[in-house]
Amino acid sequence: MNDLVHVTMTVNGTEVSHSIAPRITLADFLRQTLELTGTHAGCEMGVCGACLVILDGRVVHSCLTFAVQASGAAIETVEGLSERTAIADLQEAFHQRNALQCGFCTPGMLMTAHALLSQPGVPSREEIRDALSGNYCRCTGYEAIVDAIEKVARDRDAGVIAQASEEVSA
Amino acid sequence: MSVLTPLDRPNSYIGRSVPRPNAKRLLAGRGRYVTDITLPRMLHVAYVRSPYAHARILSIDTQTAREMPGVRLIATGEDLAKLCTPWVGTMDHFKGMKSPPQLPLPVDKVVWSGQAVVAVVADTRALAEDAAEAVYIAFDELPAVVDIDAARAPDAPVISPELGSNLCFHGKIDTGGVEDVFAGAAHVVEEEFHFGRHTAVTMEPRAIIADYDASEGQLTVHHATQTPYQFQDIYARHYGLPESRVRVIAPDIGGSFGMKLHMYHEDMAVIGLSMMLGRPVKYVADRIESFVSDIHARDHRVRARMAADAEGNILAMDVEDVTGIGAFSAYPRTSVVEGNQVYRLMGAPYTFRNYRADLQVVFQNKVQMSQYRAVGHPVACTVTERLVDMIADKTAQDVFDIRSRNMIADDAYPCTSPTGYQFEALSHHACLARLKAMMGYERLRAEQAELRTKGIHRGIGIATFVEITNPGPAFYGVGGARISSQDGAIVKITPSGDVHCSISVTELGQGTETIIGQIVAEHLGVDSNRIKVMTGDTDTTPHGGATYACRGAGIGGETALQAAKKLKANVLAVAAAILQDEPEKLDIHSGWIVDAATAQQRMELSEIARIAYFRSDTLPPGTQAQLSVAHHYAPQGYPFAFTNGVQACHLELDVETGLVKILKLWVVEDCGRVINPLLVDEQIRGGVVQGLGAAFFEECVYGDNGQLTNGSLADYLVPMAVEMPDIEIGHVETPTLDTQLGAKGVGEAGTAAASAAALNAMNDAMKPFGGTVAQVPMTPARILKALGHI
Repeated sequence: MNDLVHVTMTVNGTEVSHSIAPRITLADFLRQTLELTGTHAGCEMGVCGACLVILDGRVVHSCLTFAVQASGAAIETVEGLSERTAIADLQEAFHQRNALQCGFCTPGMLMTAHALLSQPGVPSREEIRDALSGNYCRCTGYEAIVDAIEKVARDRDAGVIAQASEEVSA
Repeated sequence: MSVLTPLDRPNSYIGRSVPRPNAKRLLAGRGRYVTDITLPRMLHVAYVRSPYAHARILSIDTQTAREMPGVRLIATGEDLAKLCTPWVGTMDHFKGMKSPPQLPLPVDKVVWSGQAVVAVVADTRALAEDAAEAVYIAFDELPAVVDIDAARAPDAPVISPELGSNLCFHGKIDTGGVEDVFAGAAHVVEEEFHFGRHTAVTMEPRAIIADYDASEGQLTVHHATQTPYQFQDIYARHYGLPESRVRVIAPDIGGSFGMKLHMYHEDMAVIGLSMMLGRPVKYVADRIESFVSDIHARDHRVRARMAADAEGNILAMDVEDVTGIGAFSAYPRTSVVEGNQVYRLMGAPYTFRNYRADLQVVFQNKVQMSQYRAVGHPVACTVTERLVDMIADKTAQDVFDIRSRNMIADDAYPCTSPTGYQFEALSHHACLARLKAMMGYERLRAEQAELRTKGIHRGIGIATFVEITNPGPAFYGVGGARISSQDGAIVKITPSGDVHCSISVTELGQGTETIIGQIVAEHLGVDSNRIKVMTGDTDTTPHGGATYACRGAGIGGETALQAAKKLKANVLAVAAAILQDEPEKLDIHSGWIVDAATAQQRMELSEIARIAYFRSDTLPPGTQAQLSVAHHYAPQGYPFAFTNGVQACHLELDVETGLVKILKLWVVEDCGRVINPLLVDEQIRGGVVQGLGAAFFEECVYGDNGQLTNGSLADYLVPMAVEMPDIEIGHVETPTLDTQLGAKGVGEAGTAAASAAALNAMNDAMKPFGGTVAQVPMTPARILKALGHI
């Protein structure tokens, strides 16, 4: 159980290599080994969405993914998206609309929003609520989050904010 | 000179929707929660938990576990009892209340399934869990007392034999004359209500790191809590440490809702484990541990009846509340506060004077039940508002009309409720009228009638509420609990003219730091972006009650306001000395000393600070510039700042499946002076969703043997975005005259009445079928049962 295995992956654009126990989840690897604490663990069974990260372009639950499964993959966390300003408009809209309170679910919310808005078209409020059905928030009433995502969707569609053309699937 | 609104004055921040500066950090993934903190040489604890709800501990075998990799310490109840004195969750003002003494880990008996029994400390949490599996505990299972009626039965097994029975507290309120009123009333309605247990489900579970340094006898605790000062006191007293050597730091907190202000056994044990090891020890509950060890809320069975005259004027209420609290009363706030608020808040919006209530608080073999957001409010509100709707039915009146007829008039204040609550000024009628207009009530009723003919069944429910906020010393202090009723602020001007403010009210994501910044900026006369607010550290912030029961704005905000005014007077005194003018003729605007009459700029605040700190030799002899002030404020006047409001719920019921679509919620509330509308509205929305969770989804389900059968987020339903409606909010503002600020609380308002409005809406939707529901959560099965389908 404690024999170490070697993993190498690209995290937020930087290659990392570590010897870890095979039972370490990707969430724990990011949080504890790499000290990237933006990704959170809320339920550790793939329900609450606080741990969502992007793995090779797909949004995945890092609590349900073993770090060894991610070896060789490209991972992006909220820190990476923040630093390369890929979600600056979403973060600004969340801030202005107060679409967060304690902030614990927020990195996961931003991942879902980022994936949703990387798809073509402008989602309806109902579609936004549906897309958020894997993200629990206990503080807000969700409405502010829907409002913020809707605003960015419309702004991006209207070309108010230039966005990187990247595809992320939920 | 043009006409200015109050918000056009310089530094006018109160009443303005200012985004939270600290939210940017959280949005960048740069929050620092206790779960994120790692200290040098830190160890991790896992607990071996009881599989039984009630059992004697016969023996504990830790031999194998001790030899496993990475294990540093295994501690039992006896080990910790050598360091920690027991605690008892009672308060003196609840006469006759009793509860057994508790220790961090049990010595001879377990009293709920999931209770921590043995602590295993290892290099990592995973290694600690590995070793925990190798600990063998021999139990002798005892009969579990689960149901609240069974717990009260004369032949029930007594969980704590030394207490004599399973009754924790028995309270009675009787204004007299109730029997006569009921005997002579034209209408009497009666119902038995059931309120399931639910729990907070904070997204960040409970988390704590205890770090005891024997070299200086210093205990530092990083703790995900709302109330660091309360825990400083508890850790110091029960572990025999000087209070000044106990530091509790509460950094970013990932949700709390009242759950993170109670004493938990595992948290208390962590202190002792760190003292034994001389190393930092971290405990983070996993989600299953949260379900079996966080406080649960509600758990009431209420029988209630209401009497009215022929016109529908409410005459009296008669209430019997039985509430189950687990095997002991929570510490230090007790588990009686919930029931106490239930039976004192009943009927609060209405004018009747005859009231009788009986409260029984009973022990059972379940985890502790105690204060959670809107303590007691949803229960009192649901019972009252459902009975009011039943009177409306009996007298063929509209739900708005029956309330208008019976609510206390907006000009009848001050007044007192039959249960003794003193109301300074409430605005039920103004709120009700506002709500009716906002929701387009007549149109909704017409639409409802039309849709019913097409087999679409919609319901409209309204619920009026009174909310308890800003408790003073008569709340906890009177009962002997060491929980501060006052709060403090230290406001200082830095040499650059910036402002640093440390306060005892804590930030939980609701925006405390932001509103304190707004208040200080406005009353000191500086730009809000020059203000930094610090919270949550007993070493660097003044002592205070911190954030519970909606005290942040009303008490913390008033403290900050008074502190800012005091500091401003100091600054103007120094400025007057420098400018050779009268302090009364000066003012501060946007960081400048100005002429009060003309707003002419005289001197920058930063220049005052520079002179005061670096060139005090140039000040007139005898001048000591006091550019830091410490100020404390405790509520006086009314014991609570009661607030009020009304909610409406619109839903659609599928009578074939029992599934419900919540279409819309409306809330009108009166929290007095609104400091930041953006934050107030989001507090209300979040609260409403927690109330809707209780109404439709959330329930901690126990088996007959006391096992929690749905302790995971896959089994326990939390409201999700797709199930929640848009929530429209309106305000009526009746500032309290007890403070200069005029703000009351708002954190409970959403939760207080959402489930009541939902229950009334459900019964409205079911009207054509004759069924009624009086139980939350209103699950599809319960709805189908009410409809007679199953």
